[in-house]
Amino acid sequence: MSNVTRPVHTAPTFAQSVWLVSNREITARLRSKSFLIATGILLLISVASVIVGSLASQNESLTKVAVVGTAIGVVEQTKAFDIVESDTVAGAEALVRDGTVDAAVVPSDSADSLLGITVIALDSAPRDVLGTLSVRPEVKILEPASQDGFLAYLVAIGFGIIFLMSATTFGATIAQSVVEEKQTRIVEILMSTISVRALLAGKVLGNSLMAFGQIVSIGLLVSIGLAVTGQRVLLADVGPAIVWFAVFFAFGFVLLAALYAATASMVSRQEDVGSATSPVLFLVMIPYFMVVFFNDNPLVLAIMSYVPFSAPVGMPVRIFLGQAEWWEPVLSLVVLALSTMVVILIGSRIYSNALLRMGARVSLRDALHK
Amino acid sequence: MLDIRAVTKRYGTREVLTDVSFTVGDGRMTGFVGANGAGKTTTMRIILGVLSPDSGTVLIDGVPVTANDRRRFGYMPEERGLYPKMKVAEQLVYLARLHGLAPASARRNTDDLLERLGLTERAGDTVESLSLGNQQRAQIAAALVHDPEFLVLDEPFSGLDPLAVEVVMSVLTGYAAQGAPVLFSSHQLDIVERLCDDLVIIADGEIRAHGSREALREQHSSPRFEIRTAGDTGWIRSQPGITVIDFDGDFAVFESETDAASQAVLQRAIALGAVHTFSQQRPSLATIFKEVIA
Repeated sequence: MSNVTRPVHTAPTFAQSVWLVSNREITARLRSKSFLIATGILLLISVASVIVGSLASQNESLTKVAVVGTAIGVVEQTKAFDIVESDTVAGAEALVRDGTVDAAVVPSDSADSLLGITVIALDSAPRDVLGTLSVRPEVKILEPASQDGFLAYLVAIGFGIIFLMSATTFGATIAQSVVEEKQTRIVEILMSTISVRALLAGKVLGNSLMAFGQIVSIGLLVSIGLAVTGQRVLLADVGPAIVWFAVFFAFGFVLLAALYAATASMVSRQEDVGSATSPVLFLVMIPYFMVVFFNDNPLVLAIMSYVPFSAPVGMPVRIFLGQAEWWEPVLSLVVLALSTMVVILIGSRIYSNALLRMGARVSLRDALHK
Repeated sequence: MLDIRAVTKRYGTREVLTDVSFTVGDGRMTGFVGANGAGKTTTMRIILGVLSPDSGTVLIDGVPVTANDRRRFGYMPEERGLYPKMKVAEQLVYLARLHGLAPASARRNTDDLLERLGLTERAGDTVESLSLGNQQRAQIAAALVHDPEFLVLDEPFSGLDPLAVEVVMSVLTGYAAQGAPVLFSSHQLDIVERLCDDLVIIADGEIRAHGSREALREQHSSPRFEIRTAGDTGWIRSQPGITVIDFDGDFAVFESETDAASQAVLQRAIALGAVHTFSQQRPSLATIFKEVIA
């Protein structure tokens, strides 16, 4: 065909093919209303949980007390009160009566008073004021807990839920898009154009990028939320765990995505996607339930943090609880990366063997051997 | 030239293609016919590399075809399908780019092709919103959008309305006229008869006949002639080496044992008066097909 000018067919490299496919996946996702709505809701929930958390912890605003004369020295030391100065004891009493302050601290009349002050309150002894002003004996704690138990529970469940939701949403998306191509038969055109590996890699990459993007946005929103609502202490504790979670998720999701694609490729109709991918769904749900029931059991958490399917949840929780040595997440990540590679190899074999088989569900044995 | 050489394919123990060999010449419209399950689709999938053969090769100009060469193929699978929720033009640009076209030429080709197929107004519609006929046209566009140098089309005419058949025929012959080898399968033998230069007939996974349409006709034509003259043709019965099959006054169909015997009939007829027609009966494709696969 030398007599006609034709566009040059510069064959795209493997990477270019993968990129084209993943681009299409991403565009298709971004155009889907249901995807946008689901993502919006997930982001709203994460922001809301931060705000609710901050409101719950912010009740400890400074107590207002009226102070007269020399008592101010004692009260100021504690730095725990919002101080309103008053000239006379009568004036301070008036402030207590009209509710401007919770209590008044005035110089004591009696000479044998230890602190030299008297606390005036309206109808009952103000416990918080008394507690702050009283002299406490020294306390020694033998084994300080690194994190408050309830907070640890919340963080563990938070990671569990986010992992479960993102993995199942995007896993289902990948499975549907595999079967869509199979069901609409466009897969035959695709297979005649690019390699099956490039097709699978593009689908996994595109959806993994979207899932990872979602996780990073949630992480950023939660971090910003914690910073803005003044929970910087919590942020400093959770921050590293969130970063590790994102890293583990990146690898862990690729593994799940390959599994979802491979299992979905064995069926030809959207109706069968659910049953075909249900084994993978169990794999995703196990770490969630484990973390809900065993977040206070260091041994179970330690095992979880090394098993590839549960490591993305297990390891960040252990990092947050301060149970992990510095090298543990690195080792676990290596285990996860290696298993991801193995799963991709097996998955792409199933995928390429099953893609052209229409009709009845392809048995796993056929998909692996033929 | 596309050369399919000794291709064999098994599914399990069942051999679906046995030593399949044929060529698709440059600029030749090659019809590929056979009954359902004869192996047409499997052969085409092997040419496109969607399936790999158990033995045998596919060559382009004598060189085994590579994955990169396959991007120069235009393929229309028997099982039609495009992304239902993707817009027609976007989808074509995507497919063109997967075949290695730069974004600009991909868009230009898409616009040209939609214009030629009368789909310009539907460019922004999703495929699922198109009528069946227009979906077929979009499918054809998908096979052609990257300006392929070889066309392999599995049943390109099935499901098309007569108007669309004409459009597609002219597009395909256009490609062949430019020198592209075109292989297409069809159940509609009348279309194949009109369209093809060469013919490949497959049955039970074996090539039963292969060659130019005219050569095949020649090969399968019976020694039957028909003649229509101004006067009565009853005298033909007494000609040597001639058996009359049908007779109706000025019209007769006869079989001739030798060329000389039939020529003798013609000469005598001319001597007797005017001859309106004298022709050897040519078998239709349907007849050849039945004969070959029997």
